Amino acid sequence: MARIDRRRLLKLSGAGAAAAAAGGLAGILASGRAPAYAQQANVHWLRWSDFVPASDQLLLNQIVPECQKALGITLRIEMVNANDIQARVTSAVQSGTGPDIILALNNWPQLYIDSLADVSDVADKLGADQGGYYPISKAVATAGGKWIGVPWCIGGGLVAYRKSWFQEIGYDKFPDTWDKLQAAGKILKAKDRPIGQALSHSFGDPPGFWYPWLWSWGGKEVEADGKTVALDSKETVESVERALPFWKEACDSGGLAWDDSSNNRAFLSGSISATNNGASIYLEAKRKPDVYQTEKGAPMYQDILHAPLPKGPGGQYNLPGPFTNMLMSYSKNQAAAKQFVTWVNSKPIFEQWFTSQQGYTIGATKDWANDPIWQKDPVLLPFRNLPDEGRLMGYAGPPGRASAEAQTKYIIVDMYAKAVQGTAPEDAVKWAQGELTKIYS
Amino acid sequence: MTFTTVAAPSSYVGTPRRGPVTRLLEDERWLALLLLLPTVVLLGLFIAYPFVKGIMLSVTDTRVGVPGHFVGLKNFEDVWNDSIFRVAVWNTCLYTVVTTVFKLALGLWLAVLLNRNFRGKTLTRAFILLPFIIPTVLSTLAWKWMFDPTFSVINWVLFHVGIIDSRINWLGEPGLAMISVIIVNVWRGVPFYAITLLAGLQTISPELHEAAAIDGARAWQRFRHVTWPLLLPVTLVVVLFSVIQTFADFQLVYVLTGGGPANATQLFATYAYQIGIGTGLLSQGATISLAVFPVLLLVVIVQLLYIRKVETH
Repeated sequence: MARIDRRRLLKLSGAGAAAAAAGGLAGILASGRAPAYAQQANVHWLRWSDFVPASDQLLLNQIVPECQKALGITLRIEMVNANDIQARVTSAVQSGTGPDIILALNNWPQLYIDSLADVSDVADKLGADQGGYYPISKAVATAGGKWIGVPWCIGGGLVAYRKSWFQEIGYDKFPDTWDKLQAAGKILKAKDRPIGQALSHSFGDPPGFWYPWLWSWGGKEVEADGKTVALDSKETVESVERALPFWKEACDSGGLAWDDSSNNRAFLSGSISATNNGASIYLEAKRKPDVYQTEKGAPMYQDILHAPLPKGPGGQYNLPGPFTNMLMSYSKNQAAAKQFVTWVNSKPIFEQWFTSQQGYTIGATKDWANDPIWQKDPVLLPFRNLPDEGRLMGYAGPPGRASAEAQTKYIIVDMYAKAVQGTAPEDAVKWAQGELTKIYS
Repeated sequence: MTFTTVAAPSSYVGTPRRGPVTRLLEDERWLALLLLLPTVVLLGLFIAYPFVKGIMLSVTDTRVGVPGHFVGLKNFEDVWNDSIFRVAVWNTCLYTVVTTVFKLALGLWLAVLLNRNFRGKTLTRAFILLPFIIPTVLSTLAWKWMFDPTFSVINWVLFHVGIIDSRINWLGEPGLAMISVIIVNVWRGVPFYAITLLAGLQTISPELHEAAAIDGARAWQRFRHVTWPLLLPVTLVVVLFSVIQTFADFQLVYVLTGGGPANATQLFATYAYQIGIGTGLLSQGATISLAVFPVLLLVVIVQLLYIRKVETH
């Protein structure tokens, strides 16, 4: 093989580049050398596997090539089960290598503050351009006065229920108090149509139900100072005591072993009458009307409605799930990653993705509440109001690192699970109070 | 083929002078060192370094992305007072003891059966290994479907046979969840016992059995006084490996129950993972992992001493 020295290499590569610029393919062929271009920027984006598969397809099939065309950035999207994201963050941070951007759920960004790049410039501009962020999105994505992530969207749950099954037992509307729901659930469970609710270790559905349950009875994790643990109260004990008959009389006991997809399967198979969930059950039923049908042979989606979780003596709440794109500080593609996040959150690009969600998520900025998508299907409209009616984990304190730690250890969920499995309510609350005290101390 | 020239025998030339490397390698001590080097490097990289790193992490308050400070034995004290850790200790011990007993009994039984001559013996032996060959995560996912609270095929069969009239909540009830993970572990582990013990059985000379039979020993007596003593060293090694693997089991429980419900099936490894990797409390996760070490060390020492004693006799 002929030896090519440095001088000759420069000459040849220069000729290739010049030929490409001047003469296109003919020039390249004439020079006999491939053109030498600067190395392209790459961005690796890790995110969850969406409960709306169409959105994942859109990202892979349209957004990736558009990104290449618009920014010259080769975008690599990796999708994993949401329960595995935290493990990926830990290994990436500790090894100092991995995805450039990671889509975090809930208040997880607060666990990784020291490993995240400051994206205040990007977030501030996007917020200003799009009507401002919802407070819950800002709360999880800021720390110490700076943005540690760029809010992406907000998920959340409403109760998906079978309209006709509730009508059959005399409820034209979904029960608006826990007492009424328990009474309705008791009748439905006797008909082998229980209420389905996860009470297990999974990222979305279990906290999505049991935190609002705690708040609606007047319980809270900490005082407003964010330090004083206040879980062990008569309100919390009452919430645990009331959870027992609700679970026993109205709920599907299988929920103790459910993950976030189990209630979807159970609902779509006609095994449960109601479950707190995102719009994914309805969207899937609507997508496959021939597959998911009622016992009378009608498309099931026509028999599904959404309602807020009932109220208790402490009020009526939900737990919205903010999604945040974290730009990892170890990334060597900071500029490209920021460029990409700015671009993908820009209205024309984000709108494509937002439309594909069909109402499964709400935009992180308020302008998206006025998007025409909300006028397309009245069954999905109630999801639009979730950000204004919710609380975040760690209430009455801020959703900081300690609240994220408490959530990832499933302390509130396990408090109810322990009681359901036979631990005395007072002991279950004391155990949870002790665990929270260790975290907040 | 023809030869045009024939090389003339060259006159004797003395062996070329050996270089310093050759001379060094002719020394057995240096050669042994050189041959051991790759193993030492591998053990150092993949065993010693993580172990030392784990110890260093356990005496700090390191969190993910946040370098820690030295905190002495505080993490060990915290872990000792952690109620979930105590549950994990109990669960791990129960899980290991019960599965080991069942795997040994069933594996031995299977090995004795497979040691007989019958048609399709080779094929049967190959099939027996299937649970062990399939990747744990895959087979456990299949089991997860079989235990599914709503769609369990086991419940479906039991219901249609008329054994149950309401479904069994396999993974939702604490006791049943532990039984479920034990069943899957035994299912997966029996082939390892069976094949290894079968190899041990095949080294036992048939003449010993024939001699015992001529002396009037019945089947059980032949097993008790001929087979078992000769099989004991192999059995102890198999049990040793199995105990170590089961004690540190992760994949099976992680996939099947995630440690739930409410930590009812939490083991050392799953809890260490949840705290260290999930929550990002690296030092506490390392502490939980290290807590396994003294127990396993004790098991290994006792068993190795026993094996030496058996072999000496």
